[in-house]
Amino acid sequence: MRDNEAKALELPNTNGLLHRRVFLKGGAAIASIPFLAAGVSAEDRSAPDLVPEWTREPGAGMSPYGDRSHHEADVQRNVVSQPGTVGSGASRTPLQSLEGMITPNSLHFERHHNGVPEIDPKRHQLLIHGMVKRPLTFDLDNLGRYPMVSKMLFIECSGNSAALLAENPVQASVGELHGLVSCANWAGIPLSSLFEEAGVDPAAHWVIAEGADAALMSRSIPLEKIMDDGLLALYQNGERLRPENGYPMRLLLPGWEGNMSVKWLRRLKVVSEPAMTKDETSKYSDVRPDGKSLLFTFPMGVKSVITSPSAGMALRDKGIYQITGLAWSGSGRIQRVEVSADGGATWSEAALDSPVLPKAMTRFRMGWNWSGGPAVLQSRAIDETGAVQPSREAWLAERGRNAVYHYNAIQSWQILQNGDVRNVYV
Amino acid sequence: MSRFALRLSMVLMLSASAAHAQNLSPAAPLSPQLGKVASGELVAAWDMTILPSGDGLPQGSGTTETGARLYLEHCVACHGEGGVGGLNNVLVSDEPRPFGETGGKRTVGNYWPYATTLFDYIRRAMPYSHPQSLDDNEVYALTAYLLYRNGVVPAHFEANASALPKVVMPNQEYFIRAYPDWNP
Repeated sequence: MRDNEAKALELPNTNGLLHRRVFLKGGAAIASIPFLAAGVSAEDRSAPDLVPEWTREPGAGMSPYGDRSHHEADVQRNVVSQPGTVGSGASRTPLQSLEGMITPNSLHFERHHNGVPEIDPKRHQLLIHGMVKRPLTFDLDNLGRYPMVSKMLFIECSGNSAALLAENPVQASVGELHGLVSCANWAGIPLSSLFEEAGVDPAAHWVIAEGADAALMSRSIPLEKIMDDGLLALYQNGERLRPENGYPMRLLLPGWEGNMSVKWLRRLKVVSEPAMTKDETSKYSDVRPDGKSLLFTFPMGVKSVITSPSAGMALRDKGIYQITGLAWSGSGRIQRVEVSADGGATWSEAALDSPVLPKAMTRFRMGWNWSGGPAVLQSRAIDETGAVQPSREAWLAERGRNAVYHYNAIQSWQILQNGDVRNVYV
Repeated sequence: MSRFALRLSMVLMLSASAAHAQNLSPAAPLSPQLGKVASGELVAAWDMTILPSGDGLPQGSGTTETGARLYLEHCVACHGEGGVGGLNNVLVSDEPRPFGETGGKRTVGNYWPYATTLFDYIRRAMPYSHPQSLDDNEVYALTAYLLYRNGVVPAHFEANASALPKVVMPNQEYFIRAYPDWNP
């Protein structure tokens, strides 16, 4: 695209953001395509720099289970474990290297409390007991006959993005800063059907979920949520769950903090009161500025982050770029994402990729003509309930300095004169 | 109604009655009801849930003195001498003041709202390298010791199913249940 064409598409006073019709026309992205002139000799055709060798030799065979190109081996989760352990900690999704709305299974984030258990699916059972007419067990064979549903859903750890609470901006990639979130197509059995089979006592209000890992990870879940849209997930993006994501079965609570979607699920006890487990009291509770601590802050807030350009990347030259990122909300669909190239002084509406689904990632895009001058890129998501992603300043003012979880404030990426991208607070 | 629409509606009616005749149910899928009634033995072996009321706490007991000895054997490597200075979570704060008043480092003593949680967590998840290897008396003893180190109970304290639910943790009154009113 020529300079004057790009200029014509710029939205006024936005530091170079381009009108959304850039995408409707598909014009901005089209580069000139080189072609061979007629009359090239056979000799020229064998020159490797002109005609690559892979068109002139048979390729590799089929494979029973595919792998990515070895050229992409550097795209990896960022693994950080607690001192003295290998199985306690997290690995983060490399958001900077991914496109679309789906997180590949190999790159879905992990958070474990004592490693990934090696579970024999033939011996694994799910027990539903407590305040029920009939305590029941289900094995994988039996569960295979139950009616299933599949849904695109994000899972986000409520500790995601906590690095943004640091006094000074941490210089790390978007995956290292915000990669405790992923999105997949999860298929499984609505838990309501298993609970109806067991016959729930009307006086019950909570369900204690427990995993079959070495931490016997345990959380109290409102019965209402289980009956509403709680899923016993068996498949992740079409294949059986990955071991690190709960094989052979996990709880999945759409839109709620990831820790509650207990992996390797083995037991659901129906009770009248929450158990006040370690992971819902000493952890995953939210200290307010007045010193009070909130228990049971379940839904994840509306949030977005620009994944490209993002910290650690460098813009090579001024000119046309596509700003893109992800938006999601634990309360429903993303209604709108706005992008700013001037640190929040002006905002313009981004284009959203289809489909836009409730409690799933939504990919947004915005064209940008970088003048080569200073810029601060931001994105701000609004969900269908009208909730607006807050600024970092507003988030801190409301939640205070002792808060650790549920950070969903606007991320700012500064573009330096030399094109380097940095994490900044504005 | 056009001929096409008429034919379409007949096809739909036919397929609806065909679904009925073959017991197909696309709208409200039926459950095959394949759950097996769980034996009391299995439930007893698996049910480790403990509520703050004390519901689920097992028989047995343990004292601070026994707990001090067990702590040196099973816990000190990760959590440090007396619950401080280890590689992993700090368990003990200097004084039993509520975190809600003083802030600082969150520990068992100044933050955790219920003593039953401490028993529950040690029993299911600790020691880290050998979880569920301690018997209930040992878990009671470690619970008693950590409560004592945090200044929550006296030097001679016996933890058991009736004593633990009665322990009032210093920060308990600073906790608020946010569900179902909280919005992110």
